[in-house]
Amino acid sequence: MEKEYALNIEDLKVVYKTQHSVVHAVNSLDLKLEKGKALGLVGETGAGKTTTGLAVLGLVPNPPGIVERGSIFLNGRDVLKMNKKELRKIRGKEVSMIFQDPMTSLNPVLTVEEQISEVIRTHNKVNRKEALEKARQMLEMVGIPGERGSEYPHQFSGGMKQRVVIAIALACQPDVLIADEPTTALDVTIQAQVLEMMKALKEKYNTSMVMITHDLGIVAEICDEVSVMYAGHVVEHGTLEDIFDNTRHPYTRGLFDSLPNMEDRSQRLKPIKGLMPDPSNLPEGCAFCTRCAYATEQCEKVKPPRFWRNDTHYVECHLYSENDIQKGEVLKNE
Amino acid sequence: MSKVLLEVEGLKKYFPTKKGILHAVDDVSFTIEEGKTLGVVGESGCGKSTTGRAILRLLEPTAGRVTFDGVDVAGLNAEELRKMRTKMQIIFQDPFSSLNPRMTVSQAIEEPIRLHGIITDKKEREERVMELMETVGLAPRLYHAYPHELDGGRRQRIGIARALAVNPKFIVCDEPVSALDVSIQAQILNLMEDLQDNLGLTYMFITHDLSVVHHFSDDIAVMYLGKLIEKAPADELFANPTHPYTEALLSAIPIPSLHNRRERIIMKGEITSPINPPKACRFANRCPYATERCFHVEPELKEIRPGHFVSCLLRDH
Repeated sequence: MEKEYALNIEDLKVVYKTQHSVVHAVNSLDLKLEKGKALGLVGETGAGKTTTGLAVLGLVPNPPGIVERGSIFLNGRDVLKMNKKELRKIRGKEVSMIFQDPMTSLNPVLTVEEQISEVIRTHNKVNRKEALEKARQMLEMVGIPGERGSEYPHQFSGGMKQRVVIAIALACQPDVLIADEPTTALDVTIQAQVLEMMKALKEKYNTSMVMITHDLGIVAEICDEVSVMYAGHVVEHGTLEDIFDNTRHPYTRGLFDSLPNMEDRSQRLKPIKGLMPDPSNLPEGCAFCTRCAYATEQCEKVKPPRFWRNDTHYVECHLYSENDIQKGEVLKNE
Repeated sequence: MSKVLLEVEGLKKYFPTKKGILHAVDDVSFTIEEGKTLGVVGESGCGKSTTGRAILRLLEPTAGRVTFDGVDVAGLNAEELRKMRTKMQIIFQDPFSSLNPRMTVSQAIEEPIRLHGIITDKKEREERVMELMETVGLAPRLYHAYPHELDGGRRQRIGIARALAVNPKFIVCDEPVSALDVSIQAQILNLMEDLQDNLGLTYMFITHDLSVVHHFSDDIAVMYLGKLIEKAPADELFANPTHPYTEALLSAIPIPSLHNRRERIIMKGEITSPINPPKACRFANRCPYATERCFHVEPELKEIRPGHFVSCLLRDH
């Protein structure tokens, strides 16, 4: 059966042009999200995760950002070909985004129910009263008493504000939800509450979700598939089992090794050496070659091809070939 | 048993506010042995940073005693305190805002050496700066660089070099890796471990990241609303969390593995206000096991096993 994709990004390239340089934020990115699934988009600061999310909503700031090429199919229609009016129609209705920092993404001079009803009134033919009514229902759904809707953002704690942001994002039941580090600013017990709630809401509305995060623990908690992003490009993609138990890319391995081992605390951390390359001056070949323990001359010069381990798992790395991608011991022998 | 370097007894720090007295740190006691690391964990607002600052007297404690290396820190006058600061240092959380943007790397590292008059000769001081840069892994070419040219990991290395510049014995590390990416976080944690081994440093490591604190600490203290509610050796705490809050906190860590998954305890509600807290268990309103007594009686910290302290009425015998 042909898979149905809620979101299908192909060969996306986004650059930020400044006076002095061209920053290659997203480089030939491919990303597929099946209907009703949750995809984890993992990578470090500057990997281009947020830019990818913004591109899906047509929100890459221009200038300096330019979408140079590629396609972003949302429910079968290319977002990049839409005009402003069409984009306004899909934002909030077909695709929503939750931003990282709930402290700055709410309007401080509007009550929270006004902010939630704004998106409801944009997309539905309802009057002000009905919209406020619906806004209060949304608040209840994210675990905030409806009568607190008439309060202002500063009267809420961080965890509560993020719930309000989630209520706004889900108010019109979008098909695709892009959550950009939704719990990074929250404490761990509050994070657990919010993740649990997002999981339940995703089930309830059958929302497809892209979870942008740097935390592999969160990915294991709520995602079905994972794309590992490095310097604007997906270097490894697969199901949770593929990525967590059959890790192939040295960068993915490095991310796991950088985390403290909860079973054995005496084990020394194995950080990835060096830093992410300057995105305005990326290497010709594999972007990870400057930090990779296995890098050869070939890696510096030639972009690695994509090798498929099975139907769901691919990796882009010169260490492998069509024949030996099944064997993972390349990385384990270190 | 090795020597106790820092002893904190009944430390309190209250802040007067319009709504009442905010009990940021309320009667906290603990000791740290020389060469060891005490991890202090808790959520935002639990008083962990305030505790660190009150120990160094960056904030004047409201009450309590801090004894460092046999000296009562609270009794020191300004000049004595200044001298004491060469032995006790702090590394701040945010490497983006804790450095002066108008000082180069070398000036920033040189400043504490100069101010404390540790090396008076300019030439020797420059040599010491080079040496410190090497110790923390900053390349010599960055000698004249400004902070804005550097990434978070390198800036945090400057913060560490500044703390080391005065040859301290004890460093309060206030969320030193929270602002960094995991691969860089691991580099900095390894560096701090090496420095501890080589220089015999004692750390108080404040963080909200439980997997980091487990890896890094010998003992762990858990704080909630200004109170120290549980303290135990790292492995013991993770194997036998005894306070219901510790239990919930540990279960909330997202585990980056598909195996050994465990049931999460989702706590109701959020941390309550530390303003005029009642004489009762401060966790009672969120505790799944709370009884009537918990709302009226204040629990005390008791040793339930050697080295394992907990403050909970339900664990009292």
